[in-house]
Amino acid sequence: MTTFDGNAIAGTLNAVFGGEMTTASGTCASCGATELLAQLRVYRDAPGVVARCEHCDAILMVIVEKRGIACVDVSGFAALEEPTQL
Amino acid sequence: MAGTALRGRLTWQQATVTGLVAETSNTRSIVFDLPDWPGHRAGQHVDVRLTAEDGYQAERSYSIASAPEDPHVVLTVERLDDGEVSPYLVDELRIGDEVELRGPVGGHFVWESTCDSPVLLVAGGSGVVPFRSMLRHHAAAGSTVPMRLLYSARSRETLIYADEFTRLGGRGGIDIRVTLTRENPGTWPGERGRIDRDFLTRTGLPPAEEPLVYVCGPTAFVETVANTLVDLGHGPGRIRTERFGGTGTP
Ligand SMILES: Cc1cc2nc3c(=O)[nH]c(=O)nc-3n(C[C@H](O)[C@H](O)[C@H](O)COP(=O)(O)OP(=O)(O)OC[C@H]3O[C@@H](n4cnc5c(N)ncnc54)[C@H](O)[C@@H]3O)c2cc1C
Ligand SMILES: [Zn+2]
Repeated sequence: MTTFDGNAIAGTLNAVFGGEMTTASGTCASCGATELLAQLRVYRDAPGVVARCEHCDAILMVIVEKRGIACVDVSGFAALEEPTQL
Repeated sequence: MAGTALRGRLTWQQATVTGLVAETSNTRSIVFDLPDWPGHRAGQHVDVRLTAEDGYQAERSYSIASAPEDPHVVLTVERLDDGEVSPYLVDELRIGDEVELRGPVGGHFVWESTCDSPVLLVAGGSGVVPFRSMLRHHAAAGSTVPMRLLYSARSRETLIYADEFTRLGGRGGIDIRVTLTRENPGTWPGERGRIDRDFLTRTGLPPAEEPLVYVCGPTAFVETVANTLVDLGHGPGRIRTERFGGTGTP
């Protein structure tokens, strides 16, 4: 399975959160590392998007789109910044 | 707010193909007309969405190859023979056709001409596309900061933007070094072999100059180069990476 990083889901994140998210940081609830979302390890081939921590591989975020409606699970983050404007 | 267009939510828009340029036998640039384009920053990308007659949709990201100063939005796509989307974009799309596109997106992998650090760009294969935008932006804005591109391609045949890079190189602080990994000896006077530790030491910018570093290309290429740069003493916080997917190294 081909791996991408958070840049690859900039469009999806923007559509879901309403702004630029790759420059926002998130804190992994599992290992405590704080990184820019641009650095997430991203798998896109799944039914949606799965994003993992680049340090401990924990699942941080899952986004599944069904008929134009996005279901977002961000429970892997202990903290997540708001989107920034471009 | 007179005179300012408030940017709404990111939405899909119809983009019309107005130009096609064959860059190599498997790569071409596509020029788009977009009625509602807010402008972009060098290094950003767009998402392209194709819809089949039965409603099935496929979505991929493509870097913007044109500079913010250029009049049109241009993408450059390399065909992967077993790919779902790229063969269509490279072989089938015709002038006048429409595709859905949303963007520009991505605020991390961007370079602004107002930034005064030296810049090191490291590209593998089609990873050179966002750097073409940055190099054009550098030239159009009259920047004089050193901007060095290290570009690895398989062979002379697969080099994209070769003529343009020849023109840009050596002007206003721009320095372009191409290395070919599978070209026959004797047919290429320049660098040969992968962008490895030795190559980065010889041709990169020294960590002491604290360059801003951008690395782009196939996932494995990006990871190897970024790790080597950290080993050589570049601060991880000065290195920005963008992975295009895939496992090969050009
Ligand atoms: C932010 C971003 C910007 C990008 N910009 C560009 C660009 O400017 N130009 C460009 O040509 N591509 C670019 N890509 C890659 C592009 O999005 C697609 O992944 C690529 O065109 C392959 O799509 P496909 O549908 O043809 O292949 P798929 O059907 O998705 O994949 C076919 C096979 O190729 C492998 N694969 C997927 N992607 C790649 C890859 N990049 N290299 C090698 N093997 C791969 C897959 O694992 C699979 O085995 C970019 C990707 C990202 C995330
Ligand atoms: Zn973690």
